[in-house]
Amino acid sequence: MTKFSYTEKQDTRSGFGAGLAELGRTNPDVVALCADLVGSLKMQEFIKENPERFFQVGIAEANMMGLAAGLTIGGKIPFTGTFANFSTGRVYDQIRQSIAYSEKNVKICASHAGLTLGEDGATHQILEDVGMMKMLPNMTVINPCDYNQTKAATIAIAEHHGPVYLRFGRPKVPIFTPADQKFEIGKALKLIEGTDVTIFATGHLVWEAIEAEAVLAEAGISAEVINIHTIKPLDVEAVLESAAKTGCVVTAEEHQMNGGLGDSIAQTLALNNPTPLEMVAVNDSFGESGTPEELMTKYGIDAKNIVEAAKRVIARK
Amino acid sequence: MNQANIPELERIASQVRRDIVRMVHAVNSGHPGGSLGCTDFFVALYFHIMDRKEGFDMDGLNEDIFFLSNGHISPVWYSILARAGYFEVSELSTFRKLDSRLQGHPATEEGLPGIRIASGSLGQGLSVACGAAQAKKLNGENNLVFALMGDGELEEGQVWEAAMYAAHHKIDNLIATVDYNGQQIDGPTDEVMSLGDLKAKWEAFGWHVIESNGNDMDSIVKSLEHAKSLTGKAKPILNLMSTEMGYGVDFMVGTHKWHGVAPNDEQLADALAQLPETLGDY
Repeated sequence: MTKFSYTEKQDTRSGFGAGLAELGRTNPDVVALCADLVGSLKMQEFIKENPERFFQVGIAEANMMGLAAGLTIGGKIPFTGTFANFSTGRVYDQIRQSIAYSEKNVKICASHAGLTLGEDGATHQILEDVGMMKMLPNMTVINPCDYNQTKAATIAIAEHHGPVYLRFGRPKVPIFTPADQKFEIGKALKLIEGTDVTIFATGHLVWEAIEAEAVLAEAGISAEVINIHTIKPLDVEAVLESAAKTGCVVTAEEHQMNGGLGDSIAQTLALNNPTPLEMVAVNDSFGESGTPEELMTKYGIDAKNIVEAAKRVIARK
Repeated sequence: MNQANIPELERIASQVRRDIVRMVHAVNSGHPGGSLGCTDFFVALYFHIMDRKEGFDMDGLNEDIFFLSNGHISPVWYSILARAGYFEVSELSTFRKLDSRLQGHPATEEGLPGIRIASGSLGQGLSVACGAAQAKKLNGENNLVFALMGDGELEEGQVWEAAMYAAHHKIDNLIATVDYNGQQIDGPTDEVMSLGDLKAKWEAFGWHVIESNGNDMDSIVKSLEHAKSLTGKAKPILNLMSTEMGYGVDFMVGTHKWHGVAPNDEQLADALAQLPETLGDY
């Protein structure tokens, strides 16, 4: 039995759309931009209610990043919307110079991240975005796990002054976090207490970690599950505390091993308290067409892989 | 607007050109060619055309604001900002040195008053200017946004994304200028990458295009005044400004060779002899 339950599945991008709509009603400085993907990003409600605060950019993401930087000059809080691939790799230099280095209060909102984009294939399945964004000084990187948390994160980043990369996805996934849970940037959330191994998961992999914990429990293994929704700044204290308690760590994410959450946690542990660690992530490979479930199985990033990684890492203690 | 005092603007321009060659000479690096070519434009803009407030605030509310997209001509902008009172003229001596606010290319991180965005990687400034112009519209401001790009910079695709956007969204509180000197690092633009008929291109993108002479103070003042009179008419305005790279220093004029090279001691003396010290060197 999983320790969390759900009655509904919903896509995290809809959480973004709901959060943006709420910001439209509560914060007059919030403006939105989109590069021809209004429906995919679920931005219709904001646009309908605030047409004067929405800017359709067309298929021109580089321009969108510059526009967003410019809109901050004059006090606006721009939210850009496009796929994660076009929010990062395509516009890396624009983000680097006009947003991160220039310390502009832009919220880069990125949907369809990772393999679970599915059938569109590897051209759109970016698995390097977290790495690119976390390397930029001044950038905050957030990858929430479900509809409620994505909505809360969207609202929270409007209150945070500085550039933010908010990553979410396309598939419908279980809603298991409370609708009224306030989102604290940089604060890890301990979901399940455990003693034998810590699973640090982010984004869609948090639910997989919850399922993995149930399987491990049946095998007599006590796993701690921690939701790292903010990859940068990393909650170093929470990471070190749990790793010291359980003595071994599994990281889980829908991203390349290089540059992802696992990489950040490995660095933190190596510098402070070297601890056996296994990474559940895509191993230096592009994705391909398929259903989200098929892809997560083939590329080794589902609950089953977390269970196996936990057993491997415990054996290394 | 007050009548422009052309002789006074020309006196300022002479001092700014002195500042430029002295700054790049002092660190044996920087970009004098484009800086000298655009000096008259900058002087006209900051000392006559723009409606500026005292002091500096990042948001630039209720004042005209300017973005430099071709950030490598930072020497002219730094000199202008100092001479216009944004910071002490003496700080020009820190240009390109460690711990300076006057970075090789303009930056906000060190907090230099007058700079609102980093530039250097080309092609990004027009997008930023469009966003800032739309923020002014949302704020109900009547002030204008100015931007400067290099002509070689127009080889960057993002410029044309912004050009398309500005016309579509009727950004008519924006005056963008192209420094049309026909030179880039590897040679004349005609040899490196032909720009074609720039007037026709910008017009085809939906802009109101004016042509100007950027190295005649009276002419550039009148052109920019004319550009201002064209704002508010549902079209962005493009000022296609002919200049000569290196203008004001005879041995630097009209060649890409002085794009990013500093003068040596003898060349500096030669240059300064051609440029009267009007406001006092820093």
